[in-house]
Amino acid sequence: MGRISNTFHQLKKRGRMGLIPFFTVGYPDLATTVTLVSQAVAGGADLVELGVPFSDPLADGATIQRSSFHALRQGVNLQNCLDVCRQLRDDSVSVPLLLMGYYNPFLNYGLEALCREAAAAGVDGFIVADLPPEEGDGLRDACLGRGLDLVFLVSPTSPDERIAMIGQKARGFLYCVSLRGVTGARRELPADLPLFLSRVRRFTQLPLAVGFGISTKAHVQALAGHADAAIVGSALVDVIQGEEPAQMPDRVREYIRRLTSEDD
Amino acid sequence: MKKVRASLSSVERMDGKGHFGPFGGRYVPETLMAAVNQLEAAYEEAKRSQAFQAEFASLCRNYAGRPTPLYFARQLTGHCGGAKIYLKREDLAHTGAHKINNALGQGLLAQRMGKRRIIAETGAGQHGVATATVCAMLGLEGVVYMGEEDMRRQSLNVFRMKLLGSQVVPVASGSRTLKDAINEAMRDWVTNVDTTYYLLGSVVGPHPYPTMVRDFQAIIGIEAKEQMLAAEGRLPDYAVACVGGGSNSMGLFHPFFHSEVKFIGVEAAGQGVDTDRHSATLVKGRPGVLHGARSYLLQDEWGQVRETHSIAAGLDYPGVGPEHSYYKDTGRATYVAATDLEALEGFQLLSQTEGIIPALEPAHAIYYATQLASQLPQDNIILVNLSGRGDKDMETVARALGVELGVG
Repeated sequence: MGRISNTFHQLKKRGRMGLIPFFTVGYPDLATTVTLVSQAVAGGADLVELGVPFSDPLADGATIQRSSFHALRQGVNLQNCLDVCRQLRDDSVSVPLLLMGYYNPFLNYGLEALCREAAAAGVDGFIVADLPPEEGDGLRDACLGRGLDLVFLVSPTSPDERIAMIGQKARGFLYCVSLRGVTGARRELPADLPLFLSRVRRFTQLPLAVGFGISTKAHVQALAGHADAAIVGSALVDVIQGEEPAQMPDRVREYIRRLTSEDD
Repeated sequence: MKKVRASLSSVERMDGKGHFGPFGGRYVPETLMAAVNQLEAAYEEAKRSQAFQAEFASLCRNYAGRPTPLYFARQLTGHCGGAKIYLKREDLAHTGAHKINNALGQGLLAQRMGKRRIIAETGAGQHGVATATVCAMLGLEGVVYMGEEDMRRQSLNVFRMKLLGSQVVPVASGSRTLKDAINEAMRDWVTNVDTTYYLLGSVVGPHPYPTMVRDFQAIIGIEAKEQMLAAEGRLPDYAVACVGGGSNSMGLFHPFFHSEVKFIGVEAAGQGVDTDRHSATLVKGRPGVLHGARSYLLQDEWGQVRETHSIAAGLDYPGVGPEHSYYKDTGRATYVAATDLEALEGFQLLSQTEGIIPALEPAHAIYYATQLASQLPQDNIILVNLSGRGDKDMETVARALGVELGVG
């Protein structure tokens, strides 16, 4: 069993919903990213998504666009993202790590080389915002046999037959996009989200992780019983934005701890 | 005509998913997949509908002013002293560019699909103006995304769009040009996908856009073919057009696909293809994925999309339509590039020899065609797509030539 499946298996046994924070690699800088991930894990994060910055993040709202451009201006590239994973493994971070980004930097690196080096660096999977299963065979094949899971996304606009097809092709978990729109914290999640998640459940045995718009403890609690994990991205960027770098690790750890704690 | 169409569709449908060889496809967020599938089904249905085709043909004729003339540029030909140069006068179409053909076709399709809100991106503003025009005429709500940098250099077109009743949304991210306007339009679409039709302006984006936009623009080549046969009794030796995203060139080329006509696409070399200030995607790029399709792309060693430059806002784009990439790799078309200064030379030459002020975009094609003509024998024929008129570029050209407007 891969590290991702194993993690969801353990969560299920303990009757807990998982929390998956997203960090843009290189925001505010590479060294701080490594520290923030460690602190998020210390705060209770169950898996971590590492965002590979891209020049044209068309599925992202203003917050992640900004963190992504910030990282790019500092010259952060895909090699750096792999190095961050390696560093985290050297620092004994053992939770599953996924690279999340857009297809072109991955394609440009060479899919075989990417998967070989990602596996060696301790990466467990990929999430690619602009890669539907129809175009995903190349990356899926390169992941096979290397212990890498290619996670696909489903959306409230996906018809039943697509959800079934995507469920067949995805590995690790299904990334359920909570709403019609781009990433970014929202005050409220859509009222029909539980309905969407139960629809997805009918077509797959894979764990369901819900992302887009999630920022508060109330959001996370509302997902209990409907999802296997909650993904927090933009809200986390908001948490550290404007903070002194020295303050960021504590802020991140406390924020994650609050989202994962059992009590209110 | 029918026979040509049947064999063309076998070329494009190598796998039924909108791929041209290794290019094209659908690289979009999952939220949009249902929408592009729905669009494809609606377009396939409309393509077979006689009522839809008749309405499109009627609007092309009575509203857009088609067919546009084919003009023998006698003075320009004499100036070059070689091959005959013919101009397909898309600059005379309503709104002043070929963009109206596609905007009409897709506007009718949006109406047919029951979508009342139209979004579009624009670079030079020509597609934005065409979209705003069609929205006004069909009574649809229009929202046009435009990079701040482009709004500055094409301020006249911004005013035109607003006058036509559309909203123009400035895009401040990235390079603040066409590619960023497409990103922002995609973000709008993914948010309002149930109510909104994305009227993409070129042969780029996810399937079915490259095929659909090409089909609506193919009217250019279909007319030119007939007109050329009437004027000369034969097809041209060369078809030349500028390439940004590639819709006017594909519209000209495609109906000549199964002929001996040589295709030349002229990209924007900006300040030179060996500088980092150009937009010559097919000349200098490598295959990659941007805006929903795999195609040639100007990117750095890490797969980040490069910022581009051209004096012509409509060519200032790091990607290109996937069918052009296919034409390049199969050798069906040749792609070259003309610099800002060469485009300005073509711009002035056509103005002075023929009394026709071209847009800066086709001025690139004009320049290349004049160079080519002077090296060819007089019995050769070059067909150039004059894709738009130059009124919108007066300020840019005046600045480039060091002329202060309003002083005389």
